[in-house]
Amino acid sequence: MTGSELGLAVSVFVACAVEAVEALTIVLAVGVTRSWSSTWYGVGAALAVLAGLTAALGPALTSLPIGVLRVVVGGLLLVFGLQWLRKAILRASGLKALHDEEAAFERERSAAGSVGAVAPGFDGYSFTVAFKGVLLEGLEVVFIVLTFGANQGRIALAAAAAAAAVLLVVGAGLVVHAPLSRVPENALKFGVGVMLTSFGIFWGTEGAGAHWPGGDAALLAIIPLTLGFALAIVAATRRRPGDGVQSGRDQSAVHA
Amino acid sequence: MTAIKALARFAWDFVVGDDWRIAVGVVIGLSLTALVAGAGVTAWWIMPLVAAGLLAGSVWRAAGPRRSG
Repeated sequence: MTGSELGLAVSVFVACAVEAVEALTIVLAVGVTRSWSSTWYGVGAALAVLAGLTAALGPALTSLPIGVLRVVVGGLLLVFGLQWLRKAILRASGLKALHDEEAAFERERSAAGSVGAVAPGFDGYSFTVAFKGVLLEGLEVVFIVLTFGANQGRIALAAAAAAAAVLLVVGAGLVVHAPLSRVPENALKFGVGVMLTSFGIFWGTEGAGAHWPGGDAALLAIIPLTLGFALAIVAATRRRPGDGVQSGRDQSAVHA
Repeated sequence: MTAIKALARFAWDFVVGDDWRIAVGVVIGLSLTALVAGAGVTAWWIMPLVAAGLLAGSVWRAAGPRRSG
């Protein structure tokens, strides 16, 4: 396995693990409160849609000329990575509230309990909430699997890394039977943002026709420099104790 | 029509996110890189600078007025 393949596998694994933790919280809340069977149907349906998207879009992406693929995918990865990194920096600086799985679990459970009695047999609410939760969290993973995998011609490796992360998170969820609130989500998102941004810079530049000194080895400089720059921004913007958490300036239901 | 608009809105939020300036900046940066590289001039340094500027600027704007006070 080459260095960039290892980077691909690690990035996809961590990104998928973070999204899987968030999806698990939703699935657990609705399953515990309402109907496990309908919840699992929703999870299965969402996974089928995500697998279908990966299978359909993967070959289409890999059939593009490598120059076009790299500039398009590099640009998308860079936009996506900068958004992840921006949000992780804001959270690490105390400018945005950290994602709280316990609070999210209680919110979902309260919502699930307030919509009336559980329908006998198939429960539409459980199905819909589980389907939507897994699909929305999974779309980000599919995006990362496709962009990383297509660029290196290793979609299968990227998909395997994603599947391993899902299995690990689901296994942990089954063992503790509670939201995985002790997972350091923001640190992981910070790392994924650094990797997406670094690979986006690297591939976007190559796709635009420029060449890196040292070829692939340039990534060994780009990744730590990106990390160091992001940490420097955190240090420069860190909120003092008592400043409180800013709210209302930076809200998104989709990203990270 | 509502479904199409909702899908377009989702796609926009999904890719562009909270700060559209990042997406615009990346497109401009890549175009500049292509122009400079096409002219036979070394261009690998452009995107790291563009990315650093976009990230710092975006966080700076989101951080609000506290940083200067």
